Amino acid sequence: MTAVAEPEVGKARVRKEDARLITGRSRYTDAITPPGTLHLHVVRSSSAHANITGIDTTEARKAPGVFGVYTAADLGVEGVGLPCAWPITPDMKSPQRPLLATSTVHFAGEGVAVVVARSAAEARDAADLVEVDYDDLPPVLDMEAALAEGATLVHPDLGTNENATWVFDSGAAGTGGSVDEAIAAAEADPDSVVVRRRLRQQRLIPAFMEPRSCVVDPTGEQITIYAATQVPHILRTMTAATMGLPEAKIRVIAPDVGGGFGGKIAVLPEEMLCLAVAQKLGKPVKWTETRSESLLAAHHGRDQIQDLVMSAKKDGTITGFDVHLFADMGAYNGLVGPGVPILGAFMYNAIYKIPALKFTCTNVYTTKTLTDAYRGAGRPEATFAIERMMDELAVELDRDPMELREQNWIKHEEFPFTTVVGLTYDSGNYEQATQQAMSTFDYAGLRREQEERRANGDPVQLGIGISTFTEMCGIAPSRLLGSLAYGAGGWEAASIRMLATGKVEVVTGTSPHGQGHETAFSQIVADQLGVPFEDVEILHGDTQVSPKGLDTYGSRSLVVGGIAIFNAAQKVIGKAKKLAAHLLEASEDDLEFANGRFGVKGTDKGLAIQEVVWAAFTAHNYPEDMEPSLDADAVFDPENFSFPHGTHLACVEVDTETGRVHLRKYVCVDDVGNVINPLLVEGQVHGGLAQGIAQALFEEANYDEQGTLVNGTFVDYTLPSAADLPSFDTAVVSTPATSNPLGVKGVGEAGTIASTPAIVNAVLDAVRQFGVKDIEMPTTSQRVWRAIQEAKGHATQETPVDTHSPGAGLGSIDPNNPQGEVQ
Amino acid sequence: MAQVRVTVDGVNYADDVEPRTLLVYYLRERLGKTGTLVGCDTSNCGACTVHLNGRSVKSCSVLAVQADGGEVTTIEGVARDGNLHPVQEAFNEFHALQCGYCTPGMIMQAIDFLGDNPDPTEEEVREGIEGNLCRCTGYQNIVRAVQGAAQKMKPGVPAETPAPAGVGQ
Repeated sequence: MTAVAEPEVGKARVRKEDARLITGRSRYTDAITPPGTLHLHVVRSSSAHANITGIDTTEARKAPGVFGVYTAADLGVEGVGLPCAWPITPDMKSPQRPLLATSTVHFAGEGVAVVVARSAAEARDAADLVEVDYDDLPPVLDMEAALAEGATLVHPDLGTNENATWVFDSGAAGTGGSVDEAIAAAEADPDSVVVRRRLRQQRLIPAFMEPRSCVVDPTGEQITIYAATQVPHILRTMTAATMGLPEAKIRVIAPDVGGGFGGKIAVLPEEMLCLAVAQKLGKPVKWTETRSESLLAAHHGRDQIQDLVMSAKKDGTITGFDVHLFADMGAYNGLVGPGVPILGAFMYNAIYKIPALKFTCTNVYTTKTLTDAYRGAGRPEATFAIERMMDELAVELDRDPMELREQNWIKHEEFPFTTVVGLTYDSGNYEQATQQAMSTFDYAGLRREQEERRANGDPVQLGIGISTFTEMCGIAPSRLLGSLAYGAGGWEAASIRMLATGKVEVVTGTSPHGQGHETAFSQIVADQLGVPFEDVEILHGDTQVSPKGLDTYGSRSLVVGGIAIFNAAQKVIGKAKKLAAHLLEASEDDLEFANGRFGVKGTDKGLAIQEVVWAAFTAHNYPEDMEPSLDADAVFDPENFSFPHGTHLACVEVDTETGRVHLRKYVCVDDVGNVINPLLVEGQVHGGLAQGIAQALFEEANYDEQGTLVNGTFVDYTLPSAADLPSFDTAVVSTPATSNPLGVKGVGEAGTIASTPAIVNAVLDAVRQFGVKDIEMPTTSQRVWRAIQEAKGHATQETPVDTHSPGAGLGSIDPNNPQGEVQ
Repeated sequence: MAQVRVTVDGVNYADDVEPRTLLVYYLRERLGKTGTLVGCDTSNCGACTVHLNGRSVKSCSVLAVQADGGEVTTIEGVARDGNLHPVQEAFNEFHALQCGYCTPGMIMQAIDFLGDNPDPTEEEVREGIEGNLCRCTGYQNIVRAVQGAAQKMKPGVPAETPAPAGVGQ
């Protein structure tokens, strides 16, 4: 008997990928410079909306080191449009998004021409010499104004600024009741209430730390594209389709990628321009953006207006929820931009037994940077809406907000539960996560302190915020994506190659950019094949190494990609068993596989998997009816999403004299199913929380009246620093997912989805006593202070949006008042 | 062109550079020190932090010529004699990095910070690294790592972790 090895899964393994990254042995795209590389710089529009009346490149062409200055016409790419893979309705409008604007620019930052030079510095210098004349048109900035009769049209040929309107109605779908009836009934019933609110999701910028970059090398038989991307496989397919090249002639490599958060799922005009120039000049071409370019021109996220109507009985039972959104697409459709709000459509009922739900979303074009996926994509917006509304209902009914939630949520014994939108939640236990979180948080104790501070009129008031969230992730069942008109499937691919020396190469179609796939996937394979963790190598991110895949977004890598790897391992074991039985002269039925060894039951005869692998390699002796290989491929298409959930509790101190919000305590207990590596799960939750909290407190992309982004640098787009955040108290509980053999659920987006409403609920909880009803995000000192003053009937002065960012982070300095914010 | 003589990670260099060349681009493009990264253009993010004459600087806000006659240490020169620096070790141990892009700058800043404050509180660490931005970790494990490294670096606690294979070649 072999001693049972300690399972790898569940161990807090430190990451194997760290060794390179902590010593500077990294390979981000900008470090890749093949000999002869030329550098491309984009001349960008300074105007949000204008006709281009002239482009003079004469001086730029004469500048030192310049190989060429090109407009779309010069490159012959006027007819090329960037793809949108998610036509959400059959009549969705799809304006062509050009690689470079030709006659009209539609947002500030849109490319107009490119300069190609020997060095990046020479390209930038020469770009300053390109003269572009603009004839300004009125910017289109406000979504509702954009939809009004007579509004300036972003794309006049479309005849409207409406991209599409997408509706889900549980009554019409037969998955639930009619919201209209529920609300009408509540309005007519003295024992019911109807709560109406308008909430705003501000515009955010993903702000991954590595600026986007690509190198297109045309010098081999295949054109190689190195790109700072989350989606090398999608980029390959889309490049072929966009540029009319055979897919087999394109190789995409995503080397080390410095964060993405949805911000790197795009197909970029710059990538296609580098390709066009590389083909034209026959030399490698590199583009690396500056941070300011990134904030200006890389896609943004969120930016919705949410009109919400909730009906409930006075005993607290919710009877209907009507959701109407306006979603700002910016100037064009992103790769999946129009579908981002739709990813939230099925989450507005969240963990609650809401009997009727209607979701209507109107996507609108404006002359702003386009929006697309940002961590959570649709689900943070949904969670914010429902969790804010639960608090609004609690206030309306004078109920404890947690008690009201519990009254309405799905009880643990009711799983699997089919919701009002027709999704089946496979597992969860909201009571368990909540009890643990409430106890760690000391909910009762903090409520007491809150009462005391109120009673004493303390200038620092306490607020407690709750978010009991769930989300759907692990994108996704392909058939379901098909029913939503998404342009691709949601499967994932894996291959396992058993090397002669007993080492294992695992190929995944997912494409990590910080998540720790190498470590987590190695743990899974080590357990399944019974090989040492160190013997497993995870390969990814190169379409010639990993030819098949759908990449990393939507918390899918483990729950889809990890299961593909698991399934491939089962196939390897099946083949190895057959060969082992042959070598041991035993029946397969008499073999058992444990700890990497095929043993003949009841004997001490057996073979280690490495011995079987060697036998397959030498192929001197193997059964007639098998190939001499143990390698296996698998493609996994999930049957359902995964539904992580959790209870998040925030305690804030609000200084009522300055409006400053101090996040004092944050506790969350998340159920992400079985945990492969607790260290990685904790890291994902921490990072997710920071981004969700930053939406609530710090970040917003601001445009002035001319349509110019006014906080497009890290000076004034206020990412939180270490000094702006507390330590979080995070924990996990586990109800295994039943939709996959590892029982895992996604974790990458959970923290971001959950945390934003917990913070805003807490801020409001502190200041409702003064009559404050809402504060838009980010809830900066200025906004909180103003809300308190206005509620008290004091006059406040409006601060123009273009003076500085509203961010309250320590990095935020008001140029008009560098000594600090004086209210 | 201006001449710069500088020692970087123990090697002496003498180069002609354009006077406007920033130290970070000299390191990356001329010397191949691509372990030092560029994350912004306003000296806010700190990804490019290196040591110049023993103190941390954001190498995007220093001209290469300002380093003339000086000694620069980058993330690539921190592990010595095959041993990781305790701060590097702690970043791995405490899972203080995800995408790794802020990591070189964070480590260089943390080393400098611990030189000034060898036994910092959590609050002091948070303030000490606030000039370095991270978008992945929420900072919590970075703070833990810096405090963990402080313990390792106390007098009498030798750092004996061998560097990972391939380091220091």
